Amino acid sequence: MRLKSFLVFGGACALFATASATAFAEAPAPGAPASPHVGGTLRLAGQGMLGTMDPQVSYLHTAYQVLNVVYDGLTTFSKSPGSLTRQAIPDLAESLPPPEDGGLTYRFHLRHGLHFSSGKEVTPDDVAASMRRIFKVNSPTAGPYYSHIVGGAACLHDPDHCTLAGGVEPDDQNWTVTFHLTHPDSEFFDRLAFLHAAILPADAPTHDVGNDAAPGTGPYRIVSYDPNTGLRMERNPYFRQWDAEAQPAGYPDAITYTFGMDPEASVTAIENGQYDWMAENAPLDRLGEIGSRYADRVRLIDFLNLYYAALNVNIPPFNDLRVRQAFNYAINRKAMVIHAGGPAVSIPSCQLLPVGSPGFEPSCAYTRGASPEHPAQEWRAPDMERARQLIKEAGVSGQRVGIVSPSTPGYVAMANELRSTLADLGFVVSVRAITQAVQFTYIQNSDNRVQVGLTGWNADYPAASSYLQALLSCDTFTPHSDNSINISGFCDRSVDAIMDRAASVSVTDQKAGDALWAEASRAIMAQAPVVPLNQVRWVTLLSARVHGEIRAPIYEVVFSKFQLR
Amino acid sequence: METQTAASAPSPSSISVPGPWRMAGRSLAANRSAMTALAALLLVTFACLLAPFYAGDVARTDPFTSNVAGSFMLDGHEVDIMQPNDNPLHLGLSPVGPTWNPSAYMLGADSQGRDVAARLLYGGRNSLLISFSAALVCIAIATLVGVSAGFFGGFVDTALSRLMDIMWAVPVYLFAISLSIVTISQGLKIGPFTIESDNLLIPIFIIALVYVPYAARPIRGRVMALRNAEFVMAARSLGVPQHRILLRDIVPNVSTTLVVLTPLLTALALLAESALSFLSIGVQAPAASWGTIIQDGEGLIYTRPMVAIAPGLAIVIVVLALNILGDGLRDALDVRETSRRGA
Repeated sequence: MRLKSFLVFGGACALFATASATAFAEAPAPGAPASPHVGGTLRLAGQGMLGTMDPQVSYLHTAYQVLNVVYDGLTTFSKSPGSLTRQAIPDLAESLPPPEDGGLTYRFHLRHGLHFSSGKEVTPDDVAASMRRIFKVNSPTAGPYYSHIVGGAACLHDPDHCTLAGGVEPDDQNWTVTFHLTHPDSEFFDRLAFLHAAILPADAPTHDVGNDAAPGTGPYRIVSYDPNTGLRMERNPYFRQWDAEAQPAGYPDAITYTFGMDPEASVTAIENGQYDWMAENAPLDRLGEIGSRYADRVRLIDFLNLYYAALNVNIPPFNDLRVRQAFNYAINRKAMVIHAGGPAVSIPSCQLLPVGSPGFEPSCAYTRGASPEHPAQEWRAPDMERARQLIKEAGVSGQRVGIVSPSTPGYVAMANELRSTLADLGFVVSVRAITQAVQFTYIQNSDNRVQVGLTGWNADYPAASSYLQALLSCDTFTPHSDNSINISGFCDRSVDAIMDRAASVSVTDQKAGDALWAEASRAIMAQAPVVPLNQVRWVTLLSARVHGEIRAPIYEVVFSKFQLR
Repeated sequence: METQTAASAPSPSSISVPGPWRMAGRSLAANRSAMTALAALLLVTFACLLAPFYAGDVARTDPFTSNVAGSFMLDGHEVDIMQPNDNPLHLGLSPVGPTWNPSAYMLGADSQGRDVAARLLYGGRNSLLISFSAALVCIAIATLVGVSAGFFGGFVDTALSRLMDIMWAVPVYLFAISLSIVTISQGLKIGPFTIESDNLLIPIFIIALVYVPYAARPIRGRVMALRNAEFVMAARSLGVPQHRILLRDIVPNVSTTLVVLTPLLTALALLAESALSFLSIGVQAPAASWGTIIQDGEGLIYTRPMVAIAPGLAIVIVVLALNILGDGLRDALDVRETSRRGA
């Protein structure tokens, strides 16, 4: 009898324990979505390092993808699939405020009940301090994106004593933050959505935090980071989803990122199930393999990007418009598409605005049967006859031309294509391939007298200005500087005037503004300071255990949305 | 008997004693491995010399111009050089593979759509030219250094030997890469002369320079041994001037060492040239060498391995042949070895 009671009691305990354990295991972690696919560790692989973990300093796209699940701004871009031209949406702000004072004032209402991963509540003071911190840490976009906040210009000159007095006003009573601008800005919400305007605690260090990430408001927090080996993120225990579109709750319990994996090794590792995702585009020689064997695990991701050759308009031979136009006529853009992986993943580009960006209108000035005055709708074929005629008129045949390219194989292939084209036109051409991180600043400095600089450009946010104004306005050309993104050194006041008008009109009439951006694009290509080459889709391979929709414009992929089987 | 014997014996003046070079030649000719290696080398060299003929008249292709958007005729059909991969997503294009037809991309195309066979022959010209020239320049410098150090001794020997020690202390590839990076980026300016970064003289002199210590040291040792040889002592005691001793007695006796060193240094130079070109700091595009072609093939290793295999195989064949030939020469020119064989 005693034994029987003991057995019954023991059995009951075992059943209770099993039931409890099951119930405990199925209960989602705090802040996690209610889904059977919650949990697990997402394993990411990448070749390069991520650099600083300071969201207001980092300007690497790979770091951007990590940091966007750790930090939030007042606004953000949707983290769900959709159009490339989608505008910013509210994130830590309750809504997008209507402009006041003719577009000079914006009053944001901060959401209540938000916490950093340290447990501290997010307050309007944190927002104001974060805006000041952009200047104090010398954020790369402090000047171009945020200096039009009242007091911003003073902060640029004296970052240590930046107050943004009269520019950013926190109000703890009404839980609002009010911004005052020096001039209307149709892209203000977009700029606040960019990572550099992330909201950090007011007591965050006013210097680049480097490897020691500050607390954020996103679903994950960085628990360890070694720039040479890897990174680990775990759930932010204080995160509660407020808007699935702005900052969705994360499926994986943890995310690890291993550095030093070259793309070939990454593809193999993902095929073998050792990793779930790779940071780099799939190598060209593996496209056929992954397209045939793992088609269901391949994701093609559209994003706003452009590859182009910047022609130095201030030194021979490209200081002659005819030579620049000849190069544009001669380049075989079909070859560039082939070098990028074929028509499934690339299209030829004829202008500096990528397809899908605001202000884009089909126009191809330099193709067979077209001219800047009578552009075609799309690129057809090179016009070598016209190109040779222009070179003959310019009398530059036989001159030496140097192309400076990043040393990655894809770029080198494109550089060799450019070399062949210029050699066909009668130039003596050399190609110098330099590590990309060095090349990008090297080609910007006019002291290096680079004649042709091959590069690519991704938009910080979907706006025509982030291509045309950023890359080819007089203001972005700084002679003798490594930080002169107008690589061509192109400056045309009449073109600048069109772009200024486009930016101004866009504040009140986006459609009319877009038409003006299209006009600016045509005006730029008439001067041919660049040779637009092609636009690509990103090819990424997932492991067999990943499912769910992970794509989102601007971010390309959102790590918190990876569901692991 | 004595008379008969005397009559049948040849007089000393009529005895035909082959010279050391002729003996070495005979010994080498009898060495089948060395002869096979020499034949392979001559065959490869001859094939590479025919590169313009092959590219222009057989394959009818420009091996230096990108041609990814082009096509060619094969068995009466037009074939795209870059062919779409067969997959449902239509991802990627691959260059055409080997057709084994000499007039139509026999070894296939590389990622720039260029004929691999034609580039292999042109690349071979550069690789062989650079490696052989570098070996000769290296031998010339090493002879000057080694003979000076070994013959004069004293301060000259100390200074030159320490300089060689310093160069020897730096890993040869690290040394070559450092020199290449400096010269490839800017070219080389020597007084009024400028050597452009794509000039083959740059890799030739860099490779020659880094191998000088490896050749100078055995030469110095040989000269030091000769310096105390009886015939040199005799010449000295007869009052023969030093320069005459150097040119008449020392250098000719060092020449066997130089002959043996030449193929071995050529092999080392070929490997160094291929490594530098593979790293993009040797032969510069659009020119080709076997190293640059292997680099071109690196990105195609999964789909078109022939692009990397063909030049790799060529390097293996030539280096192996040079080493076997070097061994054969050493055996043939080694006096003691020859004497032993003769005995």
